[in-house]
Amino acid sequence: MKPEPLRQKLIAAARMAEPPSDRVPFAFEKRVMARLAAREFNDFWASLGALLWRAVIPCFALTIIVGASSIAFSSRPEDLGAQLDAVLLADLDTSTESP
Amino acid sequence: MSDDQHPPATGTGGLETSPPTADPRPDAEFVRAVISGQTEAFEELIRRHQPRVFATARRYARRDSEVEDIVQEVFLKAFERLPGFRFEAPFEHWLMRVAVRTCYDFLRAHQRTRESSFSDLSHEESDWLEHFRIDPDEADERADAARSLVKKLMDSLAPEFRLVIQLLEIEERSIKEIHDLTGWSIPLIKVRAFRARAAMRKALGRLKQGKYL
Repeated sequence: MKPEPLRQKLIAAARMAEPPSDRVPFAFEKRVMARLAAREFNDFWASLGALLWRAVIPCFALTIIVGASSIAFSSRPEDLGAQLDAVLLADLDTSTESP
Repeated sequence: MSDDQHPPATGTGGLETSPPTADPRPDAEFVRAVISGQTEAFEELIRRHQPRVFATARRYARRDSEVEDIVQEVFLKAFERLPGFRFEAPFEHWLMRVAVRTCYDFLRAHQRTRESSFSDLSHEESDWLEHFRIDPDEADERADAARSLVKKLMDSLAPEFRLVIQLLEIEERSIKEIHDLTGWSIPLIKVRAFRARAAMRKALGRLKQGKYL
């Protein structure tokens, strides 16, 4: 005997079986809505976190650009040294000038 | 069914079933409200369509906890994808597509844990097969043993085979309907149906090595 007749018989049995129940647990819709509300709350913090992470690269790039431009357009090193001397010795100058 | 109508909640569970909805407004109105940001309008859509989604999920899941997980996932996915709803077909049809695809994803995800041996038969199942061997025409399709046998056989199939046999042969849907529900191309459905039948025959053929066929 071939398996096909048995397969056909079993498929017929499945067709004749009672359709599955459409019973719904009490207040199931409330449960789904609670899940949706919780997910929306989580989504807010998740999207804020994602936004901040995305901001990291532009912020870092901006820092590099600002730093580089400040170095490029700042006064020359000898001027910087003179300014440093003036700041460090400022107190000494004022103290020697006083009587 | 037009979009201006919605099916009554046909729950059979008495006390466990939520009361049927009395709101006469069509589904499309609630869908538009949800899309415009009124999330609470989605509750009415769940209430209207959950009996049918539960019945669909029960065709593929064994335990009630699995069924509830599937149905919950169906509605969460539906909510997420609702902005893509084009109002061309009734909401119910669109929701059933989401339901069938979610059930298929569930079968694939639980493929390993669901593997069962079709050769482990109960006493009643063995008796039914013996009866079939002696007189195939007299073997009763309504017998519980026949139903449990076919359930075991379906559980032993790969998810895509199980889905195509369920839709094509048990629910007797057309290829076009299966294409709409699953998103599979028509040639793919035909190939999967052919292979699914072959896989079923192979599983039944293993019984031949025993005493039944």
